[in-house]
Amino acid sequence: MNRRESLKTLVIGSLASSLVLEGCLSKEKEIIYENVWKYKYGRTPEELERDLKLLNQVFFSKEELNTIRVLANLIVPPTNEGNIDQAEVPEFIEFIVKDTPSFQGVLRDGLKWLDKTSTENFGKDFVSCSEIEQKNILDKVAFATRKKNKEEAFFSTIRNLVITGYFSSEVGIKDLGYKGNQPNVWDGVPEDILKEHGFSYKKDWNYKFLDPLKRNDIAEWDENGNLIT
Amino acid sequence: MQIIENEKKYDVVIVGSGAGGGMATKILTDNGLTVALMEAGPFFDPADQDQQLHLKWPYESPRRGKGSTRAFGDFHASYGDWEVDGEPYEMKGDTKFNWWRSRMLGGRTNHWGRISLRFGPNDFKRKSIDGLGDNWPINYEDVKPYYDKVDKLIGITGTKENIYNEPDGFFLPPAKPRLHELYYKKGAEKAGVKVIPSRLSILTKRISNERGVCYYCGNCGRSCGVYADFSASSCLVFPAQRNAQGRLDLYVNSMVREVSVDKYGKANGVIYINKDDNSEYRINAKVVVLAASACESARILLNSKSSYHKNGLGNSSNMVGKYLHDSTGTNNMAFIPDLMNRKTYNEDGMGNMHLYTPWWLDNKKLDFPRGYHIEIGGGLGAPMYGFGFDFNSLNKFFGLQVGGYGDRVRDEVKKYYGSTIFFASRGESVPNENNYCEIDPEKKDKYGIPILRFNYKWSDYERKQAKHANETINQIVDNIGGHMLWQNKGPDHGLLTPGEIIHEVGTTRMGSNPKTSVVNEYEQLHDAKNVFVVDGGPFVSQADKNPTWTILALSWRTSEYIVDQLKKQNI
Repeated sequence: MNRRESLKTLVIGSLASSLVLEGCLSKEKEIIYENVWKYKYGRTPEELERDLKLLNQVFFSKEELNTIRVLANLIVPPTNEGNIDQAEVPEFIEFIVKDTPSFQGVLRDGLKWLDKTSTENFGKDFVSCSEIEQKNILDKVAFATRKKNKEEAFFSTIRNLVITGYFSSEVGIKDLGYKGNQPNVWDGVPEDILKEHGFSYKKDWNYKFLDPLKRNDIAEWDENGNLIT
Repeated sequence: MQIIENEKKYDVVIVGSGAGGGMATKILTDNGLTVALMEAGPFFDPADQDQQLHLKWPYESPRRGKGSTRAFGDFHASYGDWEVDGEPYEMKGDTKFNWWRSRMLGGRTNHWGRISLRFGPNDFKRKSIDGLGDNWPINYEDVKPYYDKVDKLIGITGTKENIYNEPDGFFLPPAKPRLHELYYKKGAEKAGVKVIPSRLSILTKRISNERGVCYYCGNCGRSCGVYADFSASSCLVFPAQRNAQGRLDLYVNSMVREVSVDKYGKANGVIYINKDDNSEYRINAKVVVLAASACESARILLNSKSSYHKNGLGNSSNMVGKYLHDSTGTNNMAFIPDLMNRKTYNEDGMGNMHLYTPWWLDNKKLDFPRGYHIEIGGGLGAPMYGFGFDFNSLNKFFGLQVGGYGDRVRDEVKKYYGSTIFFASRGESVPNENNYCEIDPEKKDKYGIPILRFNYKWSDYERKQAKHANETINQIVDNIGGHMLWQNKGPDHGLLTPGEIIHEVGTTRMGSNPKTSVVNEYEQLHDAKNVFVVDGGPFVSQADKNPTWTILALSWRTSEYIVDQLKKQNI
């Protein structure tokens, strides 16, 4: 049995025991299995088991998750570059609170506070408010600097998670303009940018930097350590 | 518990598959010996698609890379960090010590920074220079041929600099500096601080057809899938397996508890716990080579008690575990307004900085005895978990409003992307007999093996050095119009907890006097001629450099000595 097969057995095995108890169907097993394998990122069997357990749990109610979605759209509004749903921000937040339980109380209490405040001020829950009403509430907690009260700390936490969730997503990375994580040959900062900042490799350096064209020639040196290939 | 005997008798059993153990495995098997290689963790191959971490995107992790199970994030190639499940350690009094363990084939070499610095002539003779600690019983000229061989076998970038205590080697071409590195150089040189291209064990040029060439993803910490960086698994153990023609047996998930001895007190193998069935086994071998990391090897020796070695094996001097020392470290970070509103391009580069500062001053003119080097980080990196936290806090430097939400988020995140530089000073501490690890009198790990207890304090030598590093970095930042994001204050000047730099060495130190040292100049136990230690344990002093290249060179030297001694039937 190769490693992938043995992991598969482990996943299915531990799923089977938990799902039989819950009386679930094999189709659902398949769905969860696919969900786990959406994330293939070199886990150890112990880590995989941990992920599996977390992906199998539900923390936020549908209503809470919907509030998170509305809130996330206010924090990072949709543009042509990308939006919160494309970035799977609500899914990320649902996962991270199970992964890091210290977020749970802060976020749940904060969501309750949002609805409480909107009911007091506008007679309806947060998601039913108009955008102007919603911003009216957020403005009270969005500009705290050092010492934060509970509501300000909540907003700061969810804002951090929304922004990090957006920019670490596929659309967010493109939006940001990150261009790496792909095979290439580094040959320095582009000339125009170098110039803008007042630097020059030629002027400031006496080194022979790597030659992209000779990188595949096997290195050889003379006895003094001078590279000759 | 019954110990299950393995019938096979090996020439050598090696404990640990990192830099020291990997090198010993390669040299000993290349010389025709039969070897058992013991590794406490699982098999690991960064090219295996189920284990590989390189070229992954943040969103391929459901937590976007957050370090919930790995201290340096989801994509960091270390199984285990300062905490390992079921393997605790204790601290004496108010000691704080963080002990890193990478339980996997290749050990820490899978994730390290690949900074590969030779020790220079002064680094072996510090006592002669400042009267502190001890000299090594060997000097640079003894190790130089092995450094040269390591350079050629493994590959290292660099440039000829002719700096006396930073000896040149056989270098591969350096990579051009990134933009923030050019700013660093500008600020540093204005402050009289030397800056040279980095010496990294990364292949900017091919050295053999067995390994690939760097494709500049900037993530050596993930262990390279084309073997273009040095990991002991991919560059030493796998080649050894290919060449050994069945003379190398790899035992993974095998946690060595002690070195076993025969009825005359002579080491004859090791006893280990197989993690898969939790049973105890014994490996028979003529020679035992410990390379389990400085503290783990000390632990094995101290736990190897017998009627012949009541104090633990190799410990008649009471020196095992003593003189434990890690590199010093401070972390600083600065915001550089000139790096705002950047045009983006692929700036991943190699998996570490392209430039660094070697120690450039004379300690005789300073109020602390040992030096440090400066590493830097920054640039247009991949956004991982944590990116965008306090997204516009840098507004405070312009008196602009901090906080808010909405369209400004995109604008301000992009405005500040790539505008900070991180500075890490990493220096030499003065080895001290009172800094040590020992066996905890009561506690055991989940395998039933007595655990370690640490006792460690920094001294004013290290504190003053940290203060100097902070001041230097402040000046460099000032020179390029930057702002420090914090100031390292307090009595320790931001000195990091010992163990945090993951360069701990010295626990089985080398010396010619058996009363004050554990191993001789060939890393051979004074008390047991057929037992060797080839990790960081034998270091007499650490230098202001990273230990890996010296571990590799010394392990090679020791391995040749073992071959020679076996031939002469001396061991």
